[in-house]
Amino acid sequence: MKLRQLLVLAVLGLLMVAVVQTSGRVDPVLAPPAQVVATDRLDTAVAQLDAWFAVKWQADGVSPTAPASDLAVFRRVSLALFGCGPSLEDLRAFQQDTQPDRLDRWVQQMLRDPRSAGYLARRLGRSLAGVEQGPFILFRRDQLTDWLEAQLIQDASWSDMTRQLIASEGLWTDSPASNFITVARMENEDIDENKLAGRTVRTFLGQRIDCAQCHDHFLDTRWKQRHFEGLAAWFGQTQVTLGGVTDYATSPDQPPLEYRVVPPGGDAAAARIVAPEVPFHPEWLPEAGGRRARLAAWVTHPDNRRFERAIANRIWGLMFGRPLHEPVDDLPHPEDKPDDALDLLGREFRARGDRLSTLIRMIALSAPFQRATAAADDPVISARQTAAWAAFPLVRLRPEQVIGSIFQAGRVRSVDQNSHPLIRLTRMTSENEFIEEYGDAGEDELIPQSGTISQMLLKMNGRFSRELGKVDLLTGPAQVLALSPDDSAIIENSFLMCLSRHPEPPELLHFQKQLQEARQAGDGQREAVVEDLFWALFNSPEFAWNH
Amino acid sequence: MEPLMLSRRSLLPLAATPALSFLLPPLTARAAALRGPERARSLIVLWMNGGMSQLETWDPHPGTAAGGDTQDVATTVPDLRISSLLPQMAEQMHHCLTIRSVISKEGDHERGSAFVRSGYRPEPTLKYPTLGAVVVSQLKAGQLEIPPYISVSPHIAVPEGGYLGNAWNAFRIHHPGREISNLEAPVPAARQTRRLDNLQLLSRTFAAAHPAAANQTLHDDLTQKALRMMQSEQLKAFRLDEEPEMLRKAYGDSDFGRGCLVARRLVETGVRVVEVTLPGFDTHISNHEGHITQCRILDPAMSSLIHDLQQRDLLQSTIVLCISEFGRTPAINPAAGRDHWPAWFSCVIAGGGFRRSAVIGSTPAEIPSADPPPPADPVSVPEICATILDQLGIDSAQEVTTPVGRPIRFADASPSPRLVG
Repeated sequence: MKLRQLLVLAVLGLLMVAVVQTSGRVDPVLAPPAQVVATDRLDTAVAQLDAWFAVKWQADGVSPTAPASDLAVFRRVSLALFGCGPSLEDLRAFQQDTQPDRLDRWVQQMLRDPRSAGYLARRLGRSLAGVEQGPFILFRRDQLTDWLEAQLIQDASWSDMTRQLIASEGLWTDSPASNFITVARMENEDIDENKLAGRTVRTFLGQRIDCAQCHDHFLDTRWKQRHFEGLAAWFGQTQVTLGGVTDYATSPDQPPLEYRVVPPGGDAAAARIVAPEVPFHPEWLPEAGGRRARLAAWVTHPDNRRFERAIANRIWGLMFGRPLHEPVDDLPHPEDKPDDALDLLGREFRARGDRLSTLIRMIALSAPFQRATAAADDPVISARQTAAWAAFPLVRLRPEQVIGSIFQAGRVRSVDQNSHPLIRLTRMTSENEFIEEYGDAGEDELIPQSGTISQMLLKMNGRFSRELGKVDLLTGPAQVLALSPDDSAIIENSFLMCLSRHPEPPELLHFQKQLQEARQAGDGQREAVVEDLFWALFNSPEFAWNH
Repeated sequence: MEPLMLSRRSLLPLAATPALSFLLPPLTARAAALRGPERARSLIVLWMNGGMSQLETWDPHPGTAAGGDTQDVATTVPDLRISSLLPQMAEQMHHCLTIRSVISKEGDHERGSAFVRSGYRPEPTLKYPTLGAVVVSQLKAGQLEIPPYISVSPHIAVPEGGYLGNAWNAFRIHHPGREISNLEAPVPAARQTRRLDNLQLLSRTFAAAHPAAANQTLHDDLTQKALRMMQSEQLKAFRLDEEPEMLRKAYGDSDFGRGCLVARRLVETGVRVVEVTLPGFDTHISNHEGHITQCRILDPAMSSLIHDLQQRDLLQSTIVLCISEFGRTPAINPAAGRDHWPAWFSCVIAGGGFRRSAVIGSTPAEIPSADPPPPADPVSVPEICATILDQLGIDSAQEVTTPVGRPIRFADASPSPRLVG
């Protein structure tokens, strides 16, 4: 081995020692701010939200569960913002932070970490463009995701982002938001106005009106077919040309495009032209501008409560794994009921410049997010607590969270933008290959899903848990075994890396016994014990669920 | 008063008592031994991925502009001629119902596949289960220790349970006839025992902290099922080394051929649905040559499967459906290819009570204009799905409430009497 390689290994080893040993003197990658800026404090808004839930719990006749441990809450935030459990490195730093407002400061710092922007961009991208491949060349999911990520890093206004998504003109590469439009281009080269109308209303207004394309809504009689058609007509002039997305004629002799509805029976000659229309509050429409720009202004209008409620419910869903109202994109009409938690979240969101970070912080600091998972023996009581958000729901990790957590647990340090390029590349390819085999949650990733036998087999016997749980050069288990000062620390660090908690006394005893016996048994046995410990942690129910 | 009928079903509760249990053989053995109409029914879907050309397979029009270079050949059914690229299938057509007038409006691969596999046009707010998922959700799997729904489809998405849930997703194998990945513990038995012991301890801790919620995860149940599968004798159904070499050769030296043979073995073991995919039909370029290649794989495999099932008296209880997401255009493009054509295409169904020696529908020989009229005697995809469910003993009109509160029928049409009998 060359001297240079030895030096690199030595430096890495020293860093690991600092993290693995409980004193943890290494500077964390995530260095949170020393205090929350006064103008940025959310105490009043969070107190109002908590008060609303307190009233609800009383009305529902449920008691909230005990507060969850700090480490459990930290794991929830990490799963929501990074798509994986926290690293040992971050856990140690979080534990040692004794300054006030610890959680809020850490959430803010995590929001500044590119990992959260990248992860949230991929999640939001699914609601904006589904998971389909989309038209070849004309749709660039990577461009859309990169653009979303850049917006999130800048903490941009969701209203501004929405206006760009709906109204962008230009090429899908130069104007990446326009991929929201190009994904709806059909084989016959027309734009599918119905698809865009349905997605716009679902994603930005939280209403499912797709069935009103063909008939008045059966379940929600207020939505009429003419509402759907009127909304689709805002996209009636949109076309994808060589110059990109546009609403304007590309030559003087081109007749203006219009949204046409072909009558049942399919007689194209009898198609009727439908004029753009909004289903309520036409006064929110600006007088001038292109069709899509006017629609975007109406959707994001400051008085349009559906807009803020829709994104508040989606962010709630991403934080908890389950939205406040299910399904995530079909909310009750806001005028039908008194203000609820979504209105409280939405109001603060609007007051602070429509930034998603406001919603994320408020939710992380709220009482429901910090409750323990229901622990009652009686399943009825547990179910009622969970339904009322008096307990944190037990939610199966999504596929990307499973592999993300396995990958992170297989390393002592955070896998982030500072990691070696090879590690980041491995992380990315592992995630893709794992999801391909495990199954993708698809566009409706916030709908609860059961596990499958093939998923279980993949986790138990597949190469991902085998390689990442192996005691091998520079893997997490090897570092834990080599650098922990004693057997208790080996077990303690393994539990923290995988489950973000300390082992219970019976667990500690169980694994201490195995390590002691292995020490007497000779070469290689302790390595095998640590590998078997990691295997069990990876395959435990606690690892597979958010709680 | 109804006459006293002693059916197998009515005997089961009696036989379950220790004193009478000798009346019934072990379930697995019984399932494998049953033949003919008494046997539980199964479905094998042969999925021609990419869009099989009807003109090069089941509905040739030789000597016309639309027909291209494809010739036809006589079959065992009088007046039925199919493509000369399928000479072995020509010998089996008396077992089959040929539908030449399947209609759809979905000309995109993803949408077309979703439609034909589920019987519902895809929509953004609800993911429909595939037909196979509906079948396994409704039919009891008995003592099956391997999944009831198997996909031999390495190149396409796993068929999914949609709104019925992931529990009904297909179990996918990549290389039929070879070892299945992830079925062997990566450590020796002693260490596997220690691992499971560790896991049990962690599960107990979790259950103690969340007694009600722990049951909700079904984690232990799933782990047990996975472990049972890893040790099951029924895994032999995935292996082909017990099959005579002559038979293996008859199915063809291809993953698809081996997949069809595995499908027969799985059905014999009690698996309810098997989907075997043959990729490579998206012939926008050199369509005829492409179909020569594809038919060389399809012809021996499908004909051997039907023949084999018939020889083993399994065809009556097994529906074999050969279909793709759409057909291909009557017009041949400048690259000698054919493009997507959902307006009419063909499928073939054998066994399971479907009509034999029969043909439904016909298509024009000339190249149609931009807005083609429907073919003669059109058959919709939902109609086919409803009839398959009906033949498998499942009420296709049954409504289930989806997670979003919408009641949906298993099939979007009624079973069609013209397809069966």
